[in-house]
Amino acid sequence: MTSLTGKTAIVTGASRGIGRASALALAKAGAQVLVHYGRDAKEAEAVVGEIRAAGGQADASAVDLAAPDGAHELAKRAREIIGSRLDILVANAGVSKAASIEELTVEDFDKLFAVNVRAPYFLVQQLLPITSVGGSIILVSSLAARATIGTLSAYAATKGALDTLVKHFAAALGPRGIRVNAIAPGAVQTDMSDFLKTDAGRDFALGMQALKRLAQPDDIGDVVAFLASDAARWITGDTLQVDGGSKL
Amino acid sequence: MSNPVVLITGGLTGIGRAAALAFAKVGAKVVVSGRREAEGQALASELLATGAEAEFIRADVRFEDDVRNLIDSTVARFGRLDVAVNSAGTEGKLGPLTEFTAESYAAMFDTNVLGTLFSMKHALRIMQPQGSGSIVNISSTMGARGSANMSLYAGSKHAVEGITKSAAIEAAAFGVRVNAVAPGPTDTGMLDRLAGAPEKRAAFYAAIPLKRAGTPEEVADAITFVASDKARFITGQIIRVNGGKTAS
Repeated sequence: MTSLTGKTAIVTGASRGIGRASALALAKAGAQVLVHYGRDAKEAEAVVGEIRAAGGQADASAVDLAAPDGAHELAKRAREIIGSRLDILVANAGVSKAASIEELTVEDFDKLFAVNVRAPYFLVQQLLPITSVGGSIILVSSLAARATIGTLSAYAATKGALDTLVKHFAAALGPRGIRVNAIAPGAVQTDMSDFLKTDAGRDFALGMQALKRLAQPDDIGDVVAFLASDAARWITGDTLQVDGGSKL
Repeated sequence: MSNPVVLITGGLTGIGRAAALAFAKVGAKVVVSGRREAEGQALASELLATGAEAEFIRADVRFEDDVRNLIDSTVARFGRLDVAVNSAGTEGKLGPLTEFTAESYAAMFDTNVLGTLFSMKHALRIMQPQGSGSIVNISSTMGARGSANMSLYAGSKHAVEGITKSAAIEAAAFGVRVNAVAPGPTDTGMLDRLAGAPEKRAAFYAAIPLKRAGTPEEVADAITFVASDKARFITGQIIRVNGGKTAS
């Protein structure tokens, strides 16, 4: 039920952090993984290397998802690398920006929505023709969508958009046998999280959570692998909070 | 943990029974509990036949002495308690609010809420000093929504969700996670009683993107996941397992 042997997967933003952990977890369960990245070629190749060294199948592909046709381009590459059947999509690539309401620029706002919302939307659309019956789409949301933390208003709005999209996608694609869910991590110890590099940030995160330890990327990766698997075949349209019991 | 000790109340039918079989399949030592001796012994034999260590212990979750004894007997037999699945529940009698009585309230809440509370209290009594453990309550789509003629059932399941979140915060300090699984319409005796004749079932399935009820096995797979180490960063959550019903 939890095996992904014979399945194909795309993970965006898979060179580091949650994306990397997701790619590794999917590969460990037997999936062939397309490791997408933006700029970190060395890190992405290292993820591919790690998967292949363990006997798995992986390839890396660089596409700028901030571009209006980024999703379209990645979908085209996916067909070339993976072929005509996609079982799992993990739309993880995302950017963040801490800025007060007064400081946020139009450029910042547009970039956040382009990468965090537009790219996943059009990836789902462009990959639909090859997404299999029994396929599983996982969008990476965030605790920020429902908890007002820091000066992340625009970032939070992008994640709230994903929580809404998940329901619409699930309702529309359910009859085609495709499940769509989101995971919402809280603070996770990754490179993207400058927040947890300070004592104040760490104390704040631990104060919010019921569990008193900081999340590691594999804590999230293992949940992604579950949602991708047949063990989760009756779960769709939901955002699963993987946040150590934050803001309950 | 390779051979966890799992206790399932309401374990003789429907979702509880499917969970017992699912846990046995992954090597757990399983105690099933319910009120009917013959059915209980039959299920224990079925579990033993799969090669699992298993036992039936009779208990009525509405009575604290029964529950105290159930937990103590489980620990006396297997030395510890790792997972408690609180699946004993009733749908009661449907009817408008204008016709409820103190008796119909007690019948509903004594099983669904008081029974869950007693089971949690005594499971925590063992798990907290142990420094580990996972509690899984059973809610419902009715734990977050309303439906005509179901105010008592919905009230009882909303109660289970609030209790789950609060207990998660308390228990986290001791290394114990507390979550709930919230099924939608699932093919069990309870659904037969609620949905009645096949013609009426269409109304239940209309709002589900996959146009069918879930199977008890599909719900059980979510229970085994949330109880497992893969869900180690998930606590205080209500995992919706309903084929997309709450998305639509």
